[in-house]
Amino acid sequence: MGRYVVRRLLQMIPVFIGATLLIFLMVNVMGDPIAGLCGDRQCDPATAAQLEKEFGLDKPVWQQYLTYMGNVFTGDFGTAFNGQEVTELMASAFPVTIRLTIVAILFEIVIGITLGVITGLRRGRPVDTGVLLITLVVISVPTFVTGLLLQLLLGVEWGWIKPSVSTDATFGELIVPGLVLASVSLAYVTRLTRTSIAENRRSDYVRTAVAKGLPRRRVITKHLLRNSLIPVVTFIGTDIGALMGGAIVTERIFNIHGVGYQLYQGILRQNTQTVVGFVTVLVLVFLVANLLVDLLYAVLDPRIRYA
Amino acid sequence: MPEPPIEPEGAIASTGAGGAMDLATAEGETLEKNPLGPEGTGPREKPRSLWSDAWRDLRRNPVFIIAGLVILFLVFISLWPGAITWMSPLKCDLSKAQQGSQPGHPFGFNGQGCDVYTRTVYGARTSVAVGVCATLGVALLGSLLGGLAGFFGGAADSFLSRITDIFFAIPVVLGGLVLLSVVTSNTIWPVIGFMILLGWPQISRIARGSVITVKQNDYVQAARALGASNSRMLLRHIAPNAVAPVIVVATIALGTYIALEATLSYLGVGLKPPSVSWGIDISSASPYIRNAPHALLWPSGALALTVLAFIMLGDAVRDALDPKLR
Amino acid sequence: MRGATHAKWTACAVAVALAATACGGGDDDGGSGGDTSAVLSASWGDPQNPLEPANTNEVQGGKVLDMVFRGLKRYNPETGAAEDMLAESIETSDSQNFTIKIKDWTFSNGEKVTADSFVNAWNYGASLKNNQKNAYFFSYIEGYDQVHPEDGSKQTADTLSGLKVVDEKTFTVKLNQKFSTFPETLGYSAYAPLPQEFFDDHSAWLSKPVGNGPYTIQSYAKGSQMSLRAWEDYPGEDKAQNGGVDLKVYTDNNTAYTDLLAGNLDLVDDVPASQLANVQADLGDRYLNTPAGIIQTLAFPYYDEKWDQPDSDKVRTGLSRAIDRKQITETIFQKTRTPATDWTSPVLGEEGGFEEGFCGDACEYDPDEAKKLIEEGGGLPGGQVKITYNADTGSHKDWVDAVCNSINNALDNEKACVGNPVGTFADFRNQITDLKMSGPFRAGWQMDYPLIQNFLQPLYYTNASSNDGKWSNKEFDDLVDQANAEADTAKAVDLFKQAEAVVRDNMAAIPLWYQNGSAGYSERLSNVKLNPFSVPVYNEIKVG
Repeated sequence: MGRYVVRRLLQMIPVFIGATLLIFLMVNVMGDPIAGLCGDRQCDPATAAQLEKEFGLDKPVWQQYLTYMGNVFTGDFGTAFNGQEVTELMASAFPVTIRLTIVAILFEIVIGITLGVITGLRRGRPVDTGVLLITLVVISVPTFVTGLLLQLLLGVEWGWIKPSVSTDATFGELIVPGLVLASVSLAYVTRLTRTSIAENRRSDYVRTAVAKGLPRRRVITKHLLRNSLIPVVTFIGTDIGALMGGAIVTERIFNIHGVGYQLYQGILRQNTQTVVGFVTVLVLVFLVANLLVDLLYAVLDPRIRYA
Repeated sequence: MPEPPIEPEGAIASTGAGGAMDLATAEGETLEKNPLGPEGTGPREKPRSLWSDAWRDLRRNPVFIIAGLVILFLVFISLWPGAITWMSPLKCDLSKAQQGSQPGHPFGFNGQGCDVYTRTVYGARTSVAVGVCATLGVALLGSLLGGLAGFFGGAADSFLSRITDIFFAIPVVLGGLVLLSVVTSNTIWPVIGFMILLGWPQISRIARGSVITVKQNDYVQAARALGASNSRMLLRHIAPNAVAPVIVVATIALGTYIALEATLSYLGVGLKPPSVSWGIDISSASPYIRNAPHALLWPSGALALTVLAFIMLGDAVRDALDPKLR
Repeated sequence: MRGATHAKWTACAVAVALAATACGGGDDDGGSGGDTSAVLSASWGDPQNPLEPANTNEVQGGKVLDMVFRGLKRYNPETGAAEDMLAESIETSDSQNFTIKIKDWTFSNGEKVTADSFVNAWNYGASLKNNQKNAYFFSYIEGYDQVHPEDGSKQTADTLSGLKVVDEKTFTVKLNQKFSTFPETLGYSAYAPLPQEFFDDHSAWLSKPVGNGPYTIQSYAKGSQMSLRAWEDYPGEDKAQNGGVDLKVYTDNNTAYTDLLAGNLDLVDDVPASQLANVQADLGDRYLNTPAGIIQTLAFPYYDEKWDQPDSDKVRTGLSRAIDRKQITETIFQKTRTPATDWTSPVLGEEGGFEEGFCGDACEYDPDEAKKLIEEGGGLPGGQVKITYNADTGSHKDWVDAVCNSINNALDNEKACVGNPVGTFADFRNQITDLKMSGPFRAGWQMDYPLIQNFLQPLYYTNASSNDGKWSNKEFDDLVDQANAEADTAKAVDLFKQAEAVVRDNMAAIPLWYQNGSAGYSERLSNVKLNPFSVPVYNEIKVG
């Protein structure tokens, strides 16, 4: 068990190097970012050359990568084009995004799994159909529209929330954005849980548990749910990284200055330092989340063992 | 070949409170043995495969028939959109922008003054093709790689899973701008290829998790004990029982791929104008939801119908593959 | 039809829900007095560059500089005329040597504004080693070649030889060519004076810039908010009428607009296109839509021989006549754009060189003529035009699609015109710089200063910095040179208009529309105005 974790932690090193190299190359392939800095105007060649030198863009790519990685290990993630240090950007963006992700994940766990259990136990009943219809709406109406309508209804008409999130971005303010962010994933979690529950409720250990006279709630939570959670946990595990890095639309609607926005801006402005810096941290999040999910497998299903 | 870390033990959960910390005790727990259940692995009077059983079931399932008819209809209008429309989807008259329904134009007009009905019908081809092909590709590639990783475990698992991790790390926007901007072809294939390339890791992890659970089951152990080959175990015993989560995720992902096509088009790297698709129409109508909701409603409705048909289809297939429901 | 009824119902429901929102809020009678200590909040975008005057080339950073700095001249917020601000006098006898005297003035940290404050700032801005993106503004000053060698060779001087400090309040400027309207350009923020602190402790200054304008920066949280407060001892006459401004960074103007509706924000200076149709219902008369010095055009790649045929001008004129500007500006832009009829901007005024209808028939929508002209010109090169634009900023897709539909309808050919989006602005600019355009492309121009020269020379002069299509015309160049040397303003304007006529006769670029500035504000505010640069005149806003 301990050795397994150590082995997994060691495996992170090649993944880390591979992913950063890949992203670094990809941003470089996009071409020269300097031309975008001068507005609808040609940068004068001398200034452009000078800027290239300052950002190290005049060197060969491999050399840029090595310099960059060397700096990263000393904690220097470089500077964005507006003169702000990338570590500073990360320090302001990650805490907000982490809070937002926590809210979204909680919604997925609480609402998603609850709805999944209910619909799984009542397949074909009205409640199942109702949830299916909501699922369809969530999938086919863009997050942009749901977010906007919620914002207008709750924020402007009813005045329950502030339409935009303040710089502090407290948990309270992030409830609605978190729900919007989680909406599509909620559809996945609900349907995954539903299917698993429906599949397992007829299995022998549930029948045995029922036959033993265990109370229904205990059968559902201890036996049925626990054995149905593996696909759900897997999905949520993969979703953490996606939610953190891909909340572009939600962050825009509610004016949250988080990771999704910074990453998106960095990509559009082809700012290698920002993009690689943020993705590097996200890769670590992916790796840790996946490790946790794999460990959870063994908790949920004791037959699974890691040597 | 690495030894799969399998202990043929039963499945009943521990009574100790959940919590991540009782891994150690969980491992050593003694378990109730399931008797060889009616799972269909036992000898039957006629050795019929699970797959043909499933097909026999499906043909009688009304849900399957309805879903099939809807999908056939979608295929029909994708192939012959002219059969139920009477004008071109590219004929737009700005003076009619955002107008509602009127004779000859049942769904009204969008922000550019194009006929929403015609565009919704013509959009089916691109959207259904992108959605179905990308989903199939992602599901096949993802479940193949994930399934193998889960089945063999050990080094194979480590290798495949770490590759998955690297692919997870690529932001869609960055990938799109880099990989698709070099493409000059104006077909849907580069877009589909891109979606498969970035989409498979998710299904792969789901499939892996599912296979890891299923392979612990007694019937798989029994098959192994009887000397079944790896491929036989995978195809006949594991795949049918592990496929449910993959189907669920894939059918929902179908809808998101159709929407993703629009995102890519908006980034300027998806389908080149003047393409017609639901995704493009949905995202261009979205900002104008206050003034012209009908322009959003119809393409969204079409997308919802498509996803519904595939969810129903997926459900029916899953049920057919589950002998416990018979 | 059942479906259709349903759609209509939804439309109404949404409309009702939203109409109701517009009716909220108290009804202050909002007297004209205003509370001079009250602070208002306004929308802002994250500046792209560090907030140095000579490094800020976009509106968002420009907004702040406009509040924190005052230069030698200031453009009148209403007329756009360049008026003396810190300048006591700017004198010249030959349009090439200028003597500038400045008034008594201080920076908000107490330091005196002297001739050195200007000369040092300009030297800093021009010097290659400081990477200032507006360095080219100093390129008319003698010695620019040495401090900023174009070919990237080593700079041989740190200071501009054309700048000389005479005494504490006087300095002279020598230009490398005659430029009669040079004094009028001095209102641009790149020419602002800088305090000594800027040079002594640069990073401290950058984190909290100090200037000499009506506002001082109280706090600046990069990426989220800047709090500006009225400077009590401001020596100028355009003292702030309010207590201060909190600029809040919004990543999406739609959110800012919603915040305005909800009463969380006082001023939005960029109303999203999708909300323009609702603005009357939402805000009533608390909405501004005033002309700004911005013109949108379609430029052509003259380096591509397909577009440089003898008869190409007929094709271009034909395309111009196939665009229904009126319909597009009314429907897509809800009248926040005005169909263009010349190549300048209405904010210049008749005296400044703007002339309505200067373009004549060539900008009138006429499908039949359009078809005929394009046929006469040999048809569309390659049978199809692709309008290239960048997809990442602004909603260019909407109007490019509308322009293409208009052309397609006029020419009766569904494939005549298609949009060609490019992923990022940087890529778009790179394709332009590398001469890779194969058809018309989006060209927008926001003036730096309200002079007709600024609408013509940078865009159409041979090899000028924004002449993206590489159009080149000897006659035009000669006329511009003459105009620049002409000391009499009226005569200079006249020469510039003759140059503009050359642009017109060749249809060097298709003028599309003039862009307006738009803004919405809360009931707390009064006397809100936008200047010709589409920036709110913050210091005149009254609160309460």
